[in-house]
Amino acid sequence: MKIHVRGLSRTFVALGRETPALLDVDLDVAEHEFVCLLGPSGCGKSTLLNIVAGFLRPTSGEVVVGGRPVTGPGADRGVVFQEYVLFPWLTVAGNVEFGLTLQGAPVAERRAIVARYLELVGLVAHAEKYPVQLSGGMKQRVAIARALANSPEIILMDEPFGALDAQTREVLQDELGRIQRVEHKTVLFVTHSIREAVYLADRVIVMTSAPGRIKQVFTIKLPEVRDRFAPEFTHYESEITRVVKEEVAKVHE
Amino acid sequence: MWLSSVPEMMEWGLQGASRSRRSVLWWRLASLAAFLALWSGAGGFVEATKPFNPLFLPAPWVVIGALLDLAQKGQLWVHVVATLERVAVGFSAGAVLALALGLLAGQVRAVRNVVEPVVELLRPIPPLAMLPLFIVWVGIGEGSKVGFITYATFFPMFVTTVHGVAQIDGRLLRAAQSLGARPHHLFFRVILPAALPDVLTGLRLGVALSFFVIVISEFVGAESGLGYLINDGRNFFLVPQMLGAALLLGLLGYAGNGLVRVLERRVLRWQHPR
Amino acid sequence: MLALVGVLVAWAAVSYGNRMLGVMAPALLPTPGDVAKVFTETLGDGSLPRHVATSLARVAVGFGLAAVGALALGLLAAMCVPVRLMVEPLIEFVRPIPPLAFLPMFLVWFGLGEGSKVAFIGYTTFFPMFVAIAAAVLRVDVTLLRAAASLGAGHLDLIRRVIVPAALPGIIVALRLGFALALFVIVGAEFMGADAGLGHLIMEGRNFFLPAQIVMGALVLGLLGSIVNALLLAAERRLFRWREAGASS
Repeated sequence: MKIHVRGLSRTFVALGRETPALLDVDLDVAEHEFVCLLGPSGCGKSTLLNIVAGFLRPTSGEVVVGGRPVTGPGADRGVVFQEYVLFPWLTVAGNVEFGLTLQGAPVAERRAIVARYLELVGLVAHAEKYPVQLSGGMKQRVAIARALANSPEIILMDEPFGALDAQTREVLQDELGRIQRVEHKTVLFVTHSIREAVYLADRVIVMTSAPGRIKQVFTIKLPEVRDRFAPEFTHYESEITRVVKEEVAKVHE
Repeated sequence: MWLSSVPEMMEWGLQGASRSRRSVLWWRLASLAAFLALWSGAGGFVEATKPFNPLFLPAPWVVIGALLDLAQKGQLWVHVVATLERVAVGFSAGAVLALALGLLAGQVRAVRNVVEPVVELLRPIPPLAMLPLFIVWVGIGEGSKVGFITYATFFPMFVTTVHGVAQIDGRLLRAAQSLGARPHHLFFRVILPAALPDVLTGLRLGVALSFFVIVISEFVGAESGLGYLINDGRNFFLVPQMLGAALLLGLLGYAGNGLVRVLERRVLRWQHPR
Repeated sequence: MLALVGVLVAWAAVSYGNRMLGVMAPALLPTPGDVAKVFTETLGDGSLPRHVATSLARVAVGFGLAAVGALALGLLAAMCVPVRLMVEPLIEFVRPIPPLAFLPMFLVWFGLGEGSKVAFIGYTTFFPMFVAIAAAVLRVDVTLLRAAASLGAGHLDLIRRVIVPAALPGIIVALRLGFALALFVIVGAEFMGADAGLGHLIMEGRNFFLPAQIVMGALVLGLLGSIVNALLLAAERRLFRWREAGASS
């Protein structure tokens, strides 16, 4: 297993009050698998992702990625954030080659890799622009290229398309699907869009409302290139929606 | 623990985890205690070994002693009152002028077009540079000092007041009008409350600035006041007196600031209901 | 621009009018002509450039020293929690005391020479810059740190390649404000115990009853401040081109 999570729990303590966010989560992700974490607000899916990324420490349990236990962030786990989080003082090219610069890779090698990934996300013409000059969709594509160019073992994505409008969102979902068919990365993807999850994932893991546990796992048996209007697609959508609705109702009680 | 470690930075950023109020209080007291200890140590050392005239680095108790001495002789009170009087009158005049003109300029284009250029011209000139002019015009008495404070505090308070009015969301006014508000209603019930946060911030700045400039005007041509006390101490190297008066001045400025903050909290209760 | 001309005209009208009507002693209300005269005189005999240079030198050195200190300590305080906790109360303690209140003490400690002025400017500008710089560093977005760490950045990389560039705009603003404060206070500092500098020039105008000299000195000071501020702002804009909202294609 590429990602191995056992008995993971995380409780937040703020000014004397304890809030359990995750409770005893077990999760396995195989290599090259694309797994979506789905659930209502506060179900802990982002917390789980942040722990795998090494940004938060679990209260109990263990996380092992690529055979090594997770103790902090690292280049083996690339992250794509909802707010893009590009380095505003660097150009598009500068952002994409950031991880490579840290490793001290020779300039020629860096340029070649940057060119390759900029082409993959279709932003070669904008290489020398600054993030402030880009649209939201473009910024996110830079973020994806930046994560990929560093050749991490796994990629973690925290609602990466959440800040985009509906049309751009679907365009980027198509893009991501295309990129995944080329790169075959191991991906853990957090979203609250059921449609998005069914479109992209090999497996969809639905989580309960706080404290978060795994409610149900769906294996999506659809072709690699998916049709959002195919009856099989819609079938998965309604199945998962039914399960998620139960949890959403609990949040609004 | 000393330099934020990477995992710590990941979880909370550079600010670190939020600390309980008790631990914050504890650290504050510890820090002040350490500072006092250091000061007392240095002052005591200088007194004992006298590497130079001990008056140059007086220990805390020497400073307090000097203040008490003055208080006993009845002189301290006179100077404190003198300074406070000047600040109070000068600041009030500056505030009234700034608020009146600012509120007017914020609403009436014509007034703004007349007043703003003068303000923009005079603003880059450090008010302190004008002090001698005030003295030449009005003489060395109270008038020049008070007038100078009024002049110095007018500009920042005027600018913040105008800004306070300018930033009012036009839709608030439209909403009020569609509820039947007439011009005087608009002014008292919409514009004034909406501009108040900025106006109060300006007042706080004005208070701080008043204390800032009163010192220098009491250095030059004054016979009373805490500033006078500080400068007078120069003649006989009375550093304890100078330090003491400076600390007192700081205390007064802090109190003045605190007063405006209290006013802010009461008047702007709608900003943080709890 | 039009406004400037308007003010000039108004000034001329009032002062020349006063001259003709004899409302106040003519010397008390200098006309633009009077001020221009003093300006050309002092420029010609070299005294004005000398005073300007003296004031600027004091400001530059005092500010420079304070800036270096504020940068070093500000970064340290921002990154080291115990340092911050210890220093915060002291700053709060010193803050309400008007810096000018310490001027006479600096004169006692350092004498009447350049040292006292430089030390005073340094003292006055250090604290506000220190606080602002520490605040700018603390404001660095935690997600920027996370993004860099997940690209392989270690502790040193984080400081060098993320914290410093991200905090730089705020740091430069802090320095700019510190310099403005230095110019603000130098006048006052040169009123007493100085025999050169713009503040001294202005004070001289009072002692010898030359209001035109006062006004001239004040205007020169204002001009100086505006020029320096404009230069610093322009430098800021160039350095931080990446902040500008450009057209997205």
